[in-house]
Amino acid sequence: MAKRRVVTTTINGRQTEFLCEPRQTLLEVLRDTLDLTGAKEGCANGNCGACTVLMNGRPVDSCLVLGVETEGAVLETIEGVAPVDGLDPIQQAFLENAALQCGICTPGFIMSCKSLLAENSDPTENDIRFYLAGNLCRCTGYDKIVRAVLDAAKKRNAEPAPA
Amino acid sequence: MPRVFIPPLLRDTTGGVEEIEVDGATVRQIIAALETRYPGIRDRLCAGDQLRPGLAVAVNGSVSTLGLLQKVASGAEVHFLPAIGGG
Amino acid sequence: MSTIDRTPAHATNGNGKPYKVIGTRPIRHDGVDKVTGRAKYGADIHLSGLIYGVVLRSPHAHAKIRSIDVSQALALPGVRAVVTHKDLREPGDRIVELGEGAVNLRHLSNNILAADKVLYKGHAVAAVAADSVHIAEQAAGLIKVDYETLPAVIDVEAAMKPSAPLLHADLFTDELGQKAKAPSNVAKHFRFEKGDIAKGFAQAKVVIEREFRTATVHQGYIEPHNATAMWNADGYITVWTSTQGSFTVRQQVAELVNAPISHVKVIPMEIGGGFGGKIRVYLEPVAAILSKRTGKPVKVLMSRADVFEGTGPTPASYIRVKLGVGSDGKITAAETYMAYEAGAYPGSPIGAGAMCIFACYDIPNGRIDGYDVVVNKPQTSAYRAPGATNAAFALETVVDEACEQLKIDPLEFRLKNGVKEGSRRVDGPVFPRIGMMETVEAVKKSEHWNTPLTGKHRGRGVASGFWFNCGLKSSASATVNPDGTVALVEGSTDIGGSRTGIAMQLAETLGIAATDVVPTVGDTDSVGYTDVTGGSRVTFATGYAAYEAARDIQRQMVERAARIWEVDAAKVSYENGGVTGPDGKRFSFKELAEQINKTGEPIVGRGTVDPEGCGGAFATHVVDVEVDPETGKVDIIRYTAAQDVGTAIHPSYVEGQIQGGTVQGIGWGLNEEYFYDAAGTMRNSTFLDYRIPTCYDLPMIDTLVVEVPNPGHPYGVRGVGEVPIVPPPAALANAIYRAVGVRMKQLPMSPPNVLKEILRKGASK
Repeated sequence: MAKRRVVTTTINGRQTEFLCEPRQTLLEVLRDTLDLTGAKEGCANGNCGACTVLMNGRPVDSCLVLGVETEGAVLETIEGVAPVDGLDPIQQAFLENAALQCGICTPGFIMSCKSLLAENSDPTENDIRFYLAGNLCRCTGYDKIVRAVLDAAKKRNAEPAPA
Repeated sequence: MPRVFIPPLLRDTTGGVEEIEVDGATVRQIIAALETRYPGIRDRLCAGDQLRPGLAVAVNGSVSTLGLLQKVASGAEVHFLPAIGGG
Repeated sequence: MSTIDRTPAHATNGNGKPYKVIGTRPIRHDGVDKVTGRAKYGADIHLSGLIYGVVLRSPHAHAKIRSIDVSQALALPGVRAVVTHKDLREPGDRIVELGEGAVNLRHLSNNILAADKVLYKGHAVAAVAADSVHIAEQAAGLIKVDYETLPAVIDVEAAMKPSAPLLHADLFTDELGQKAKAPSNVAKHFRFEKGDIAKGFAQAKVVIEREFRTATVHQGYIEPHNATAMWNADGYITVWTSTQGSFTVRQQVAELVNAPISHVKVIPMEIGGGFGGKIRVYLEPVAAILSKRTGKPVKVLMSRADVFEGTGPTPASYIRVKLGVGSDGKITAAETYMAYEAGAYPGSPIGAGAMCIFACYDIPNGRIDGYDVVVNKPQTSAYRAPGATNAAFALETVVDEACEQLKIDPLEFRLKNGVKEGSRRVDGPVFPRIGMMETVEAVKKSEHWNTPLTGKHRGRGVASGFWFNCGLKSSASATVNPDGTVALVEGSTDIGGSRTGIAMQLAETLGIAATDVVPTVGDTDSVGYTDVTGGSRVTFATGYAAYEAARDIQRQMVERAARIWEVDAAKVSYENGGVTGPDGKRFSFKELAEQINKTGEPIVGRGTVDPEGCGGAFATHVVDVEVDPETGKVDIIRYTAAQDVGTAIHPSYVEGQIQGGTVQGIGWGLNEEYFYDAAGTMRNSTFLDYRIPTCYDLPMIDTLVVEVPNPGHPYGVRGVGEVPIVPPPAALANAIYRAVGVRMKQLPMSPPNVLKEILRKGASK
């Protein structure tokens, strides 16, 4: 068993150090070492998106990233999305639009949506469907997820831009 | 009297009879009445003191979970159907 | 776009007033945990001293196990234990009732860990517990299994031939208690008959007979199976798992590891989808015996490949349908031969499929022959209206052909032949109050149906579907808190937001707000016995239990008010969310709740039900497609699903069930299949190649929610979860025919299959 390495990275705005074997994926580290179980394993080979996190601002499947690769990276997981006092507009929109049923895919969807809205503040339905095609859901049929993202974008655009 | 519908694959024991009215206030009593008229039919419907595994009884169209204990009103219809599970 | 179409018998709470809570859309109680990632699913559990289990699975589709040598595996540093079927209790040949209908214990046990034979590639053979999952995986590779491979059969028609390799030497076709003489792969044959089909077909102007074949399909839940178990030194076992039936898990684990039920406690974690596939027990007994051998909590997870190859599938099938229709457009006769694959052990949903195939239509003369056939594939388990989708694909395609030949509009055909209250099914029973016609009317007056479809290679298709739903047993208890809120504990594991739908029914009954109810899913030691979350029953049956618990609270509140007011309880009544007594005495629920602890014993309502009258559910779908004649790819332009829901408790989650079921049906229809090679190995056991629909494949799914209240429930509830998966493949097939003129008789209607038919037809419209 290869010697474990010390990795220093930033997770949800705070510097974090962890030990991991070179073969361990970021998903495994998040879930089993750092107890951040919001990212879920649906397939472990990059097809379902349930393990999506943001790495240096880009959505990635954390099951395809090695823990050691996150040295010096800036990571964001579902646990870091909500502000101290409440929910992010995307999270609120998912609840108000009943955009989840079992909820196993929801963390991954919210991370992808966060990245989408950062890139495109007023996406069309087609933009949303194309961007979220990497996140699989088996319960909802996607209708209400797309409506939630449209809703969140509208609410964000209605608010005055944060100072 | 309750009206019992004989499943097609059991009509060999009833000489081709498809429907029959028999006396009985529970499914157990009805099957006992069928047995006296058509010897051998009980063993086809029951395994020991229960309905055969995978078999269910419907009274007036609603499938019962009580098997032989299910009460049957006079004039009610009794059907024997495959037991099904939900998804 | 979704409409709620309240039929004239608009549901009210019995006193003529419209509902206050039912029909509203509160935020689900468990919502925040799920959107912040705090909700704990089965794989998320961490226990001190936790070690990890991995299951070794058969590489062969059919083989004898001569011996298993675990010595090298045990020698690997970090390995704690290795178990095989010897570590499970000797099952014997008993049939037991373990929460999901009658189960053959030997088959159940052998499917969890193979005994003398492996019957499908992926069949579990042994399990290793080690300090890390990596060590356990490495150790599994060191287990030496001596197999004697046998010829395999993976197709239902081939398996039924006398020459086919036999999976079970002791399997004799059962015909309602009559055993066949020789063993075969056909576990069961049954028949339904009504009237005289010969006479019926003679009267028909049009007789159409077609054959259909559908592929093996998986439920496709995003969360793989998981189980964590701790076997304490005192023999008490705790199991944490994502399951649709915590009480089923308790019964089956207890039976398989030979422990009394009271020693097994199952804690249902949040569940990441099930659709019927997480009723069966796979890993829980394995985790339990690994924990017994190691004295440590053991967590066992499945990989996605394990999930495809070792669990789930709904049967591939061969269905032949013959339909006779008179010149007046009335069906005169219908006959069908249906063979479903059961997988390694008997028990496919052929019974349900056979009772659903003709259920939408009033058929005077009919015969149905159903066959349950074992093949060298994973044992099938339930998948949302199990067996009905295959059947509807066959029957609704033939109905569409009949409509075309007789030049009858498909909706008119359904209005002319559709079942109503009092219609007798071919399998015998008569229908209670049902909403088939209302779903057809809803489509007929829908904007979708009345918007002409234009453009090349485009087509519109219609199909209807039926599912029984079921009642079964549920329990709930509810404690009144001093601040006028209520803590509800109920036994249904919550996949689609059912906590909220159940809490709403309790709130409606007590006249309080849904947010004043705090629902909790109890473990098997803290709530009364509750059957599986499945069969579209939770909102119906567990909601009914919550209603009974609320009624029980009402009685106690009346007595308490009488004690406080020092009047005869007979003079006090519960109404409008409070109690009223003589001379204008009145307490609101909140006002009385504040006094409970000062005026006597606590008030706890109790509800247990085993209700009849769950009332079947009908759906009629319409879809517009465009087919690319060069590639055979089918794109969905518009989809509308109409469904009778009885009474929509939480409309958002009713719409969600209809949309989710529809999209699973679309995946089943257009691209999902188990792709096997000749050796019986599934070649596409990943989400890349077993392609379920993505966000980008679909338009919005419009729903027409029709409310025909179900007399069998205090608020008119009908199950809604399963029937939406039934019509889609047939509706798509009928739309494809109108787009490019080919009648698809095979699922999936994937690009290669559609293109093959287009090329064979040699012409494209």
